[in-house]
Amino acid sequence: MLDRAQQDMQRDEAKPRPVAFRGAGFNPGASRYSGWIALALVIAVWQLAGSAGWVNALFLPSPSAIVVAIYKLALSGALWQHLSWSVMRIGSGWILGTIAGVIVGFGIGLSTLARGVGITFISALFPIPKIALLPLLILWLGIGEEPKIATIALGVFFSTAISVYSGVDAVPRNLIRMAQSFNVPFHLIVRRVIWPGALPSILAGFRITASVALLLVVSAEMIGAQYGIGAFVLQAGNLMQTDQLLAGVVILSLFGLVVGKGINLLETRLLHWR
Amino acid sequence: MDLIADHICHRFGTLDVLDRVSFQVASGEVVAIVGPSGCGKSTLLSILGGLLRPSAGQAQLRGAPPANSLNPLTFVFQDFALLPWCTVEANVEFPLVHTALGASERRTVVDDALRRTGLTDFCGAYPKQLSGGMRQRVGIARALAVRPAILLMDEPLSALDSQTRELLMEDFVNLLADGSMGAVYVTHNLEEAVRLADRVVVLSRRPGRVREVVTIPMTRDERGDINARGKLLALQNELWSLIREEAIDAEREVQHA
Repeated sequence: MLDRAQQDMQRDEAKPRPVAFRGAGFNPGASRYSGWIALALVIAVWQLAGSAGWVNALFLPSPSAIVVAIYKLALSGALWQHLSWSVMRIGSGWILGTIAGVIVGFGIGLSTLARGVGITFISALFPIPKIALLPLLILWLGIGEEPKIATIALGVFFSTAISVYSGVDAVPRNLIRMAQSFNVPFHLIVRRVIWPGALPSILAGFRITASVALLLVVSAEMIGAQYGIGAFVLQAGNLMQTDQLLAGVVILSLFGLVVGKGINLLETRLLHWR
Repeated sequence: MDLIADHICHRFGTLDVLDRVSFQVASGEVVAIVGPSGCGKSTLLSILGGLLRPSAGQAQLRGAPPANSLNPLTFVFQDFALLPWCTVEANVEFPLVHTALGASERRTVVDDALRRTGLTDFCGAYPKQLSGGMRQRVGIARALAVRPAILLMDEPLSALDSQTRELLMEDFVNLLADGSMGAVYVTHNLEEAVRLADRVVVLSRRPGRVREVVTIPMTRDERGDINARGKLLALQNELWSLIREEAIDAEREVQHA
């Protein structure tokens, strides 16, 4: 009996059989529509819950109510007024913080002295929540736009400086040595080797600083502003106008998406060689 | 123009890498540097090319460089060192942008370098679109664009497959044929050394010292002949016998480190 079983086994082993495939997984692909379909499903369920009365509209207004609120805000002009203030603050703060961050980041990346001093300061000051400095900035700069813009600029500055000097550090040294071997002057090495080499990291930094700027503008406007999306969201919350509150949140989300798309375009244009 | 290594010593921290290395490269001469792994061949080349300051001794130039040379000592790198964001054309033009050449002169020089390296049809391509051999051709075209007196080649073929290596070796032989350009050719490949060099400097294991200088008693044209294979092989064996024991010791040293 045992012999027969052994013979069967030997016969089975002698037969050719396919090699088992073991290479599946660990290779997630990007699906073009799945994200949108998932989002549409969530919105549909949310709308259904609102329309069927499963949730109180005061606590969670339906998507259609939010769309109507946005439409009314746009018609009345309030949306543009609030949005333009926020965009002005974000734009000014982001530009100031980015310019300062790029200069300091390049300094740290290229100079031993600047690196020694700069990294210590950045390490000490980067973790501070910048919004906590707003009262101090109001004291220094007054109650106008300056402290809000300065708060955003500070938040943007640190992330930009870090991404720039990390980018400079990541430029392959062999390219710098190659340029030096051809006697290319320092400023041309910075412009033609280090800047393009650091650009991927700098643009990745822009993505982060755009979010930081958005976060800080809302916080700053909630603390001390009459106009701006942050101020609008706070007012709507105080008046229990949750449809308007969420309208503000949706506008912020759309604004973030538009900025992200802009950075994507910039990356496609400037990093086409990758 | 001659290049002189004059008692060059170098140390990285407490590690002695080179010890009183001296030799000369005469105008138009090709000198190969071989030795066991870690003997300081690439370090020596960096010192000769002015990219690294030696701990003692110095690299010297004697005589005037050719009148039209824009960069008498020019490197060809092992890893090609191409700017990935620049096209082939822009990479070749890169070392010219800070020179006194006008745009039209630069255009002529770049076109000539691309033609000599067979890259004219690829001038608009980016490095990532090219094979390893083509990338190294771009590195060579870039070097030729500055009309060097001496090429400093740091294992320029080591990152390439054997067929591409063979083709590029032929290109090197052709480029160096007229004797207008000398070269220092660092390699661990003894076949390349005997095929290309007029003299081979054999370095000892770390700290690298000049152990022997072997003269190749044939012209480069003669070496291309099939009848020369035997002689070249004998020379290769002679070099290997000089390096073998030290290469084994160097290998053991790496394993124990």
